Amino acid sequence: MDTKNYLQDLQDIKQMMSKSTQFLSLSGLAGILAGFYALIGAYFVRMLIENHSYDYITLESTTFKAIVGIAILVLFLSLTTAYVLSYRKAKRKGETLVNSTSKRAFLNFAIPMLTGGILIVLLLKNQYYGLIAPMTLIFYGLACVNVSKYTFRDVRYLGITEIILGLIAIEFSGYGLLFWVIGFGICHIAYGGVMYFKYDK
Amino acid sequence: MKEILQQINKAFDNRIRLGIMSVLMVNDSMDFNTLKELLDVTDGNLASHTKALESEEYIIVEKKFIGRKTNTSYKATQKGKQAFQEHLEALEKIIKKS
Repeated sequence: MDTKNYLQDLQDIKQMMSKSTQFLSLSGLAGILAGFYALIGAYFVRMLIENHSYDYITLESTTFKAIVGIAILVLFLSLTTAYVLSYRKAKRKGETLVNSTSKRAFLNFAIPMLTGGILIVLLLKNQYYGLIAPMTLIFYGLACVNVSKYTFRDVRYLGITEIILGLIAIEFSGYGLLFWVIGFGICHIAYGGVMYFKYDK
Repeated sequence: MKEILQQINKAFDNRIRLGIMSVLMVNDSMDFNTLKELLDVTDGNLASHTKALESEEYIIVEKKFIGRKTNTSYKATQKGKQAFQEHLEALEKIIKKS
C-alpha cells in the first residue's frame, strides 16, 4: 500500500479541479493600485467641487464633465493595471492570460457591470442623481460576488462589502463621494493587500 | 481495509486519467484542446486516455463543427461521476487510516 502516492493523487485532483475552473492569475497588487487611483481621483473631484462657483453642479457644467472624465480615467487606469499585472502573473506561472477560465471569469464579471452601467445611464437620463453613486457600488459588488466563483474567494467578500456600502449610501444621499472613497479606494487597498500577501508572494 | 482497497478503481490508476475525471467533475464539459493545455500532454497521449475512459463508459465524447473546424468535447457520465466519487472516498479513507 502506497499511502504517499494516494495523498499526492488527492492533491493533484484538488489542484486540477481548481485550475480548470478558477482564474488564479488575478493580481492583488492591481487591487491596491486601483484603490490608490480612486483616492487620488476623489481628491481631484473634491477640488473641483470646492472650486465650483455655484451651489449646484448641473449636467451641462464643465465641472460635471470633468468629474465624469476623472471617473472614467480612474476606471481605465485600474483596468489597464489589472490587465498588465495579471498578464505578468500568468506568465510567471507559465500560463496564458487569455484562456477558457479567464474568459469565463470575465464574462461573469461583465454581465452585472454592464447591467449597472446601463442602469446608471438611464438613471442619469431620468434625473435620479442621488442613486447613481450607490448603484455603482451595488452593481460592482454584485459583479464581484458573481465572479468570485471563478476566481479567488476573497473577491466575494469585497463584493458583499461593496453591496452593503452601496445600500447604506442610498440613505445618505449627497455623500456619494465619501462612499466612493471608502468603497473604491479603501476597500480595494484592504482586500487587494490581503490578496497580494496571500497569493502574489 | 480490504474492502476499501476494492473501491480503488484501477481505471483511475493513472495521473492523466485522474486529471481528466477531475476536470470533468467540476466542469459541465471540456473540449479536447483545453484539456490538453490543462494536463500538459500530447494529442496522442490524451486521446489514448480519453478512449480508455470512454470504453469504461465513464465519459462521453461530443464532436461538432464550429464553422469549418471540428470541435471535440467530453462530458463525465453519471456512471463516471459515481465511480470517481467512490474512488475519492476510498482514497480519503486510506489516508485517514494512516
